[in-house]
Amino acid sequence: MADLNSSFAGIKSPNPFWLASAPPTDKAYNVVRAFEAGWGGVVWKTLGEDPNVVNVNGPRYGAVYSADRRLIGLNNIELITDRPLQINLDEIKQVKRDWPDRAMVVSLMVPCEEKNWKDILRKVEDTGADGVELNFGCPHGMSERGMGASVGQVPEYIEMVTRWCKEVSSLPVIVKLTPNITDIRYPARAALAGGADAVSLINTVSSIVSVNLDTMSPEPSIDGKGSHGGYCGPAVKPIALNMVAEIARDSDTKNLPISGIGGITTWRDAAEFMALGAGNVQVCTAAMTYGFRVVEEMITGLNAWMDEKGHANIDSIVGKATPNVTDWQYLNLNYVTKARIDQDACIKCGRCHVVCEDTSHQAITHIVNGERHFEVIDEECVGCNLCVSVCPVQDCITMEEITSGMDVRTNSPINPDYANWTTHANNPMAKDAT
Amino acid sequence: MAQNSALFSELMSDLHPPLSGHEAGVESDRCYFCYDAPCVTACPTGIDVPLFIRQIQTNNPAGAGKTIFDENILGGMCARVCPTETLCEQACVRNSAEHKPVKIGALQRFATDTLMGNGSHPYQRAAESGKKVVVVGAGPAGLACAHRLAMHGHNVDILDANSKPGGLNEYGIASYKTPDNFAQREVEFILDIGGIDIKNEIQLGQQVQLGELLEQYDAVFIAVGLKDANQVSLEGASLEGVEDAVNFIANLRQTEDYSALDIGRRVVVIGGGMTAIDAAVQAKLLGADDVTLVYRRDKESMNASLFEQDLAQTNGVKIIHHAAPVKFIGEQNDLAEVEFEYTRQVDGKLQGTGEKFTLPADHAFNAIGQVLQKGVVDADLITLKNSRIAVNEERQTSHQKIWAGGDCIAGGDDLTVSAVQDGKLAAESIHRYLSSKN
Repeated sequence: MADLNSSFAGIKSPNPFWLASAPPTDKAYNVVRAFEAGWGGVVWKTLGEDPNVVNVNGPRYGAVYSADRRLIGLNNIELITDRPLQINLDEIKQVKRDWPDRAMVVSLMVPCEEKNWKDILRKVEDTGADGVELNFGCPHGMSERGMGASVGQVPEYIEMVTRWCKEVSSLPVIVKLTPNITDIRYPARAALAGGADAVSLINTVSSIVSVNLDTMSPEPSIDGKGSHGGYCGPAVKPIALNMVAEIARDSDTKNLPISGIGGITTWRDAAEFMALGAGNVQVCTAAMTYGFRVVEEMITGLNAWMDEKGHANIDSIVGKATPNVTDWQYLNLNYVTKARIDQDACIKCGRCHVVCEDTSHQAITHIVNGERHFEVIDEECVGCNLCVSVCPVQDCITMEEITSGMDVRTNSPINPDYANWTTHANNPMAKDAT
Repeated sequence: MAQNSALFSELMSDLHPPLSGHEAGVESDRCYFCYDAPCVTACPTGIDVPLFIRQIQTNNPAGAGKTIFDENILGGMCARVCPTETLCEQACVRNSAEHKPVKIGALQRFATDTLMGNGSHPYQRAAESGKKVVVVGAGPAGLACAHRLAMHGHNVDILDANSKPGGLNEYGIASYKTPDNFAQREVEFILDIGGIDIKNEIQLGQQVQLGELLEQYDAVFIAVGLKDANQVSLEGASLEGVEDAVNFIANLRQTEDYSALDIGRRVVVIGGGMTAIDAAVQAKLLGADDVTLVYRRDKESMNASLFEQDLAQTNGVKIIHHAAPVKFIGEQNDLAEVEFEYTRQVDGKLQGTGEKFTLPADHAFNAIGQVLQKGVVDADLITLKNSRIAVNEERQTSHQKIWAGGDCIAGGDDLTVSAVQDGKLAAESIHRYLSSKN
């Protein structure tokens, strides 16, 4: 059995699966249920100052479904905790005392003043929590009041607040980043400059999930009006993976621990985040879709995969894929692939043909010798992978690397050497191949 | 039909209950929206199956219904009676994927039920053409032809021999396939287009002659079906209790009181087609203890689909293959047993083996096919082929003003859906003919 024990920014937990700061971690009742289910840690739902905020009394969530009504995206307009500060602090203290082996991190969001941050940090230290997470991410509601994403969108503010926190507290400080920016490396570098022990990302994406075409109100609708919410769930995973990788491979922040967040639903999602450089992961939507028991699948699935691949512990998988993330200009232009259709697996739906014919390179047959037959025309196939992407049968269409002979499309011999755009003849900025 | 409700509920209840909205959503999501989809090719009327299923999936079931009706105005009945397992659903690529086709028939019913339930007719007539066409027979072929002609602005009279329109939909299909008076509701839906006038109880060759119709109308479409049942010319065939299956089904479909139909305890059905199955299953549901269906060839040769054969057996009908009737044996005037001889195939020909057996029977139903009714069409006016009406690809007969379709034409496959296609193709051909005369 692989060792799933995790040490993230000095915070220990029996596995790398934490619940993200969100509704599932709003109070002791939920968090205790989560720990009973096996979660390695939680980031307690964001605390603010008294008087506590209030939430709307209508729908807080809006959903995006796949065609079979699986939840693939969730949007929320819920604010930070709407309970008095002291109740949360008391519960945090009690739960940490009862569950000493689990990670207890407290998310915080107060106005952007030094005194406010320092006051609340002192209160959190008294709970015995393992660390704090600075919520610079929520894009809805609180951002209108100068908090959340409105701080996370200004690197200077991130650095300033992080520094205040590090000055007053010995707890590890995790800075939670908003994806609602143009280049995630700037806020990450600012967090590092302020002394952050880690960053966590992504927080939710500003979004309107749908419009009610009868009432013409955005959803979720509060008395006929809607406000943009924060989007999460499987749909945002690709955005999050890229941002994690960008920070992990940035020369400034490459050693900064990253807690990966964004649509993690299965062990495989978690493994992908960690392979791209996340030291652990945080989950919310999967739990809000299926309940806390999903962590059992994550733990057993990650374990099975690590055993199969011979990875002894979490450290041996974190960042394994990071070196393979590169810029487009460094991709090998001499790498040639062609699609291959397994005729035994093919169910003859014809979608590979029609998408190639209509929207790509006219490289897949439809009728051969009068029979319905789908086959790749190597002379036209650019190896784009669209057919693989739309085929409903797994592994029916695969991409085969052509390693010798000719590329019959370009009529040029396969070149075994690596060569990229920086030296390509068509590149006006090309450097010498030397 | 209050007196029917409790005892005979299975006779009136849906063989395939309709899908709920949720079920339709889940099932429609299974469709891959294939390119040049095999299901469309497999449908005799060429319904755009992937499109209508995608319309259901995107919460536009009425639009889906319109897509179906564009090619098949009797899409509602076809959704109920089509042997989909040998047509669209057999062609579905999901069979290759996981041996489970998309339930196209059930989805078609969901869509057509939705649109028909909206209460408005989805088509408008073109401007009046001033032409008059007569359609003989208000079955699926006649109704489909009349509707398409009406859409093109022509005026249509439908003459039908029975007291109610619908043809086999009303008189010839098992009750559990089309409960709740669906056949009549569908006729009303079709007539809502306007421009169609149905005249009941007028039989070609009796109350009216083909020659008269040619004088009174600009074109004629004949869809009279096959009203005469093939007779078994065997000893004892005139005994009380020996009956044509089509008559039994027609009586059952029209009765107000199932308990008045004396089915007896032991029933023998002779034949291997859909009519044989419909008769056998309904006899069982009416309360017969033993129902035996006897067919002279093997299972694969039966015209009834495998689904229908399974349905019969699930309902407790015993099927005997490779046996042919020899004679009906009576007690006084009443049928008592039927004698059969086992058969075998020798050099492609069916032979008796000499071994015989008898089945006790209160009723024997002959379901060995139907033929064109004598005296309906005048062979001097139009050419026949294999005792049915010969037509070309456009369903035009040898007479340039006469078209024909449905079971009465040569080369048909005795399916409702094919009859609809005949009517549609004939209507388009008639429309071209009438337009060219202007």
